[in-house]
Amino acid sequence: MAMLSFEKKYRVPGGTLLGGELFDFWVGPFYVGFFGVTTIFFSVLGTLLIIYGAAIGPTWNIWQIDIAPPDISYGLGLAPLAKGGLWQIITICAIGSFASWALREVEISRKLGMGLHVPFAYSVAVFAYVTLEVFRPVLMGAWGNAFPYGIMAHLDWVSNTGYNYLNFEYNPAHMIAVTLFFTTTFALSLHGSLVLSAINPGEGEEVKTADHEDTFFRDFIGYSVGTLGIHRLGLFLALGAGFFSAMCILISGPFWTAGWPSWWNWWLNMPIWPTH
Amino acid sequence: MPEYQNIFTRVQIRGPAHAGVPVAQGPFTREFTPFFSHFLGELGNAQVGPIYLGSLGVASLLFGFVAIEIIGLNMWASVGWNPVLFLRDLPWLALEPPSPAYGLQIPPLNQGGWWLMAGFFLTSSMILWFLRIYRRSRQLGLGTHTAWAFASAVWLYLCLGFFRPILMGAWGEAPPFGIFPHLDWTVAFSLRCGNLYYNPFHMLSIVFLYGSVLLFAMHAATILAVSRFGGDKEVEQTIDRGTASERAALFWRWTMGFNATMESIHRWAWWFAVLTPLTGGIGILLTGTVVDDWFLWGVKHGLAPHYAAIYGTVADPAQGGK
Repeated sequence: MAMLSFEKKYRVPGGTLLGGELFDFWVGPFYVGFFGVTTIFFSVLGTLLIIYGAAIGPTWNIWQIDIAPPDISYGLGLAPLAKGGLWQIITICAIGSFASWALREVEISRKLGMGLHVPFAYSVAVFAYVTLEVFRPVLMGAWGNAFPYGIMAHLDWVSNTGYNYLNFEYNPAHMIAVTLFFTTTFALSLHGSLVLSAINPGEGEEVKTADHEDTFFRDFIGYSVGTLGIHRLGLFLALGAGFFSAMCILISGPFWTAGWPSWWNWWLNMPIWPTH
Repeated sequence: MPEYQNIFTRVQIRGPAHAGVPVAQGPFTREFTPFFSHFLGELGNAQVGPIYLGSLGVASLLFGFVAIEIIGLNMWASVGWNPVLFLRDLPWLALEPPSPAYGLQIPPLNQGGWWLMAGFFLTSSMILWFLRIYRRSRQLGLGTHTAWAFASAVWLYLCLGFFRPILMGAWGEAPPFGIFPHLDWTVAFSLRCGNLYYNPFHMLSIVFLYGSVLLFAMHAATILAVSRFGGDKEVEQTIDRGTASERAALFWRWTMGFNATMESIHRWAWWFAVLTPLTGGIGILLTGTVVDDWFLWGVKHGLAPHYAAIYGTVADPAQGGK
């Protein structure tokens, strides 16, 4: 059995949202549950469809496989399988498996007596995905505005979509998102470093506790957010990065169609500047 | 607002401020009387201060101040010392590096000399800051992990502004100082090098950047979800595993078949964060030096297909073509 030494006493029935005790069991280290079954269904079907799409496509080169959404001319309608229909079913499978995964996390949290912070955080990432693949294409009137499934294909899509707005880095929501991505990584390095430096203080030193951690950060920058606060701050920053990523693409197209550099003209055109 | 968020850590704590653990006294001491902020107490510790500057901290702040002054005054000079224009155009203003014609020479001040000097002071400030972190960690009997993580960020900064320009033979290859100008530089750099997305080290850096955000979301959410069992006491949970640590581990084991430990999750975190600028710097150093055009490099190595030449050949006027 793939069980940790302390695991047995935690493997108790209950906490399920759906299915009662029917799916309330483990396979190896994995908890199953009703939503484990739906996760497997959607993810296996989606993966097989991607493989089928690759098989009827021009290449097996892993970098170049490209399952594209329907052409813009199909609007929000259904497309033939080989012309974007596969992409549509794969997208449904992806959303189905992401939602199942989140609900499975809820069941596991309940079983372990934990808060629901993890499934909530995960659903922000799912929200960003659905924004890119559903909300924005719907607002723009065609599935063709969504990104394709392929390693280089999705990078090309990001690149091209960015240049459609001249310089995407002038998008104010993109600025906030990038700042949050960098800040989250910065904060993660500070947090990881601090904990490791307290646990591994070096030859001949005793392990340190939160008093030393707080002292180090107060000496360092004049403030220590504390052991509880850093996890609140980290979650806030990380979820902010995901949320503003979704916002920056949602406003590009549905709400702003010009180049992003000219968006900043509002600042130059404010009435407070003296005219010459 | 509940007074207790969990059983071990009180928020909005008031009382005698913690002065910091005792440490061998040098000529510098901890500065400023601590105070409490209700606003900060909504998130984490309410206590602000004291701070220890020390000789390295003072030197670092001085050098950093000089760098900011050089950048700001050059920007102000670029709009004829007009304060209104300075405020209005600030996001667009820049302190540009020397033109490529100067190579690696020291140019006149207003031809990029100020840029070189600002870079020198900023770099000095960062190296002094690194030494300050290192020394304070040692004085407090802590590991030096924070200093080395900071060094990784300095590495990326130096790759962009120092090492790559030297390899390319001109300071003009470096990014400018300025808000929009450094964004313009980034986009132009990517375009000139055939799309940086095809650079495998750029790919790695992005993976570690997104991975860091994912890891922090997973880790922070997990700790908050078990804080009612004292999960935020990570050092204690590492040394003497409690039910918070066990539940956190089992959550991920049951979810994805694998779990970190209370200590190892911070090693994952440290490496993901540190590898973001580390791999990014390698990608920068390779660009223009080893690889001119990442898209063509990608075509050569099977990342991108060969596209049919549908536009025919175009003569390059710069090459005297007709």
